[in-house]
Amino acid sequence: MADQIIKKDDIVVRFAGDSGDGMQLSGTLFSDASALTGNDIATFPDYPAEIRAPHNTIAGVSGYQVHVGNHIYSSGDKCDILVAMNPASFKSNLKWAKKGAVVIVDIDTFTEEAMKKAGYESDPFTDEMEREYAIVKAPITSFTEKIGKEQGADKKVYDKCRNMFALGIIFYMTHKTLEQTFAYLERKFAKKPDVVKLNKAVLSEGYEYADKVELIHSHIIEAAPAVMPKGRYRNITGNVATAWGLLAAAERSGRRLFLGSYPITPATDVMVELAKHKALGARVFQAEDEIAGICSAIGASYAGALACTSTSGPGLSLKSEALGLAVMVELPLVVVDVQRGGPSTGLPTKTEQSDLNQALYGRNGEAPLIVVAASSSANCFYWAYNAAKLALEHMTPVILLTDGYLGNGSQLFRIPKVADLPSITPRLATPNDPNYRPFRRDPETFAREWALPGMEGLRHRVGGLEKCPDGPLSTDPENHALMCKNRQEKVNRVANYIPDQEVTGNPDADLLVVGWGGTSGALTLAVEEMNNEGKKVAYTHFNYICPLPKNTGDILRKYKKIVVCELNNGQFAGYLRTQFPECPMKQYNKIMGLPFEVGELKDCFTKILGE
Amino acid sequence: MIERHFVPKAECPYTKNDFQSDQMVKWCPGCGDHAILSAMLNTFPKTGHKKENILMVSGIGCSSRIPYYVDTYGFHSIHGRACAIATGAKLANPALSVWVNMGDGDSMAIGGNHLIHAVRRNQDLNITIFNNEIYGLTKGQYSPTTKFGQITKTSPFGTIDYPFNPGELVMGAQGTFYARTLDCVPALTTDVMTRSAMHDGTSVVEVLQNCVIFNDKAHAAITDRAVRDDRTIVLEHGKPMIFGKDKNKGLRFNGRCLEAVTIGENGVTLEDIMVHDETTEDTGIHMMLARMSGDLPVALGVIRNVKKISYTQLYEEQMDECKANGKYKCVDDLLNSGDTWEV
Repeated sequence: MADQIIKKDDIVVRFAGDSGDGMQLSGTLFSDASALTGNDIATFPDYPAEIRAPHNTIAGVSGYQVHVGNHIYSSGDKCDILVAMNPASFKSNLKWAKKGAVVIVDIDTFTEEAMKKAGYESDPFTDEMEREYAIVKAPITSFTEKIGKEQGADKKVYDKCRNMFALGIIFYMTHKTLEQTFAYLERKFAKKPDVVKLNKAVLSEGYEYADKVELIHSHIIEAAPAVMPKGRYRNITGNVATAWGLLAAAERSGRRLFLGSYPITPATDVMVELAKHKALGARVFQAEDEIAGICSAIGASYAGALACTSTSGPGLSLKSEALGLAVMVELPLVVVDVQRGGPSTGLPTKTEQSDLNQALYGRNGEAPLIVVAASSSANCFYWAYNAAKLALEHMTPVILLTDGYLGNGSQLFRIPKVADLPSITPRLATPNDPNYRPFRRDPETFAREWALPGMEGLRHRVGGLEKCPDGPLSTDPENHALMCKNRQEKVNRVANYIPDQEVTGNPDADLLVVGWGGTSGALTLAVEEMNNEGKKVAYTHFNYICPLPKNTGDILRKYKKIVVCELNNGQFAGYLRTQFPECPMKQYNKIMGLPFEVGELKDCFTKILGE
Repeated sequence: MIERHFVPKAECPYTKNDFQSDQMVKWCPGCGDHAILSAMLNTFPKTGHKKENILMVSGIGCSSRIPYYVDTYGFHSIHGRACAIATGAKLANPALSVWVNMGDGDSMAIGGNHLIHAVRRNQDLNITIFNNEIYGLTKGQYSPTTKFGQITKTSPFGTIDYPFNPGELVMGAQGTFYARTLDCVPALTTDVMTRSAMHDGTSVVEVLQNCVIFNDKAHAAITDRAVRDDRTIVLEHGKPMIFGKDKNKGLRFNGRCLEAVTIGENGVTLEDIMVHDETTEDTGIHMMLARMSGDLPVALGVIRNVKKISYTQLYEEQMDECKANGKYKCVDDLLNSGDTWEV
């Protein structure tokens, strides 16, 4: 091991290669090992929509960025170390490397044909490039092949181990050991000892190779261990956290969990995760389409389940009519929308926050409902739990907005005890209550009662037609006005049960940065760095979208300058303007299918401060 | 696998009156739906299921108002989606006896996808299709079952759409129970509905129903008293397929297709007449029976009733098995599973 180790607060490593090169796995193994050895982590899988686009093309490049160290809010802007397994990934990912970054390429793949496919007409490694980056031209393929042949493995098998060689180099460079990954391989391939042996050998070979390369010696960086609150931790992705939050809410509320869904990127993993947990009572139904997904959930809700459906943009469009029904029949329902780039099929594997308007307004008629948004992969757990609590206690559909960045990304999660989570009290009716009326409301929350088929003495009919408070159909004009008002009032009154909006950063600043949902990592860091640099910036981040916390107006009115930052063309800004027209707001928008970078945010804030 | 019954039985028997709701029935006078409602109200006491556990789900259309007129739990949902809503309700609580009521447009146009998948899954649902071959509530547009060439408001020059035969659709989707009845024969309707309720799996009952306003006499060619006995055949399991006013006509399989024959003519005897077997798994003969029209009598009664483990039962067995053998007993177990560490 080298004598000189550069200690840093944090390191960003980006793995890039052809789809099928195992980049997602390398990234996951590196982040898991880092987490287990005390780093805070955040990850960002950046993969194409095609499962296997043509070999060696730019279209087929799959990336996975890992940010490890202390104080990690986001997956990081640019990387300190880039792994590029072929010319196409080198070409498309070099822009994500910091100046001076170490770039490890599998030099064996830089054949004339592959370089041509990637669009190189001359030597990709220019002198200028070699000055800007420390490029390590590692013969990854040939080393892997040598070990594969020594062990008598098939070409097909050892070709899949190239990522282990790269990972070995990365472990060496980041001053980590291989134990965690050995243990993983032993677990994962318990029934295939040959595969374990081969992978371990390739991983070790990569590690030893790095030890012999002088260029690497001067670039060994160690990320600081994280300073975190005491507790038990694990690594978790946003989609799994969402699924677990729903499971916890079902257990805590005593309701059966039902999920009716249809596969759609990037939301599918919520269903995939819940489908594993029949033992915990999760009733998962893979429906014939998005509409049947939500409709089955509405049926399950009528029958008494904590009913949920998970989807992404186009799927939410298909669910619109049924969402209106759920509003009308006033049943609890959680709709998880893992947002992706739109409109239409858009950018299925990329992140965006452009479903906000659809969530707020995408129904016919006056159809108010609760909208909340998670702001980190780990807190998807709490927001899913909270969405369920709000739905069950206020008898209304709730849309939970997450996004591809949160859903697929992972983070450290401090494991809670289910008993310590806030209680959930569903508004169940009392069997044989002679005064039961389907739309009798709680005077405080305006929520109706939930009478379940099977309960004696509470037979009633619900449906999409307007009803009067006692239950029967009504087309009476005054009744319709009253029911519309009551449904709206019920959602408005949720504001009485949610905490005040908080301001962080420097609350006495002139500039208030406003964010919502999945952008909190980059925004927090940008604001923090600005304040550390002596520039005053305040920051407020919204998770409760509809209704907004009651003090929202008070906060907005306090600041001379407001900038609303979001990954769309200004939907939240527009929403705030309709409610607070007295507050002038600037916007910072990005609509590239990518998360915010800290650098671009700081540039924007600096510019506004100077105006 | 032992067949399980999830719906609890009533403690004391009900009568038809127990299921009549306090709502005014608002169908047109003379509408076939009145008779279907009456037949259905007669059905519930016969099933013996506990009233609180009966759930009526419907979509949109004239027929879909039926949940309001039945004193059980009910859900009048949105156009085409009744099957999907019913599926979720039954999954959430298998102790419910779930009835789905839809018209021809509701079930086979906008809701066609949900219908075929519900049938394919074979969840324990009782589906009734009120088939009047027209969109009534929107005042007379052609539906997926409107006869070819028919003039309607949206086909002023005659339809050029080939219609669906619901029976074929059900069998094409691997349906396990299919019956057909007429609105004007309530006793038969009650009988097949009762049998559909007893069937463990998805059952589909098609009722040929008359829309007195927008498609009057759509089924008159077979339902008129003067011709009904000769133009329809009521199939009964294990009995020869005999029909006609004089009970002297029958169906014979000539090796290629079904044909109507008269017993005593051309040497035809009772021995030549096919015996109805509703339980054969192969859909061949059932499909032929469901398709009969024109020279052949329209088949009524239970045409297909095949035993196949229901989705409901498979789902519950899987849940029980997972609960008995699952690694995690509560969510805390799951949260703390795999790689975790203490800080």
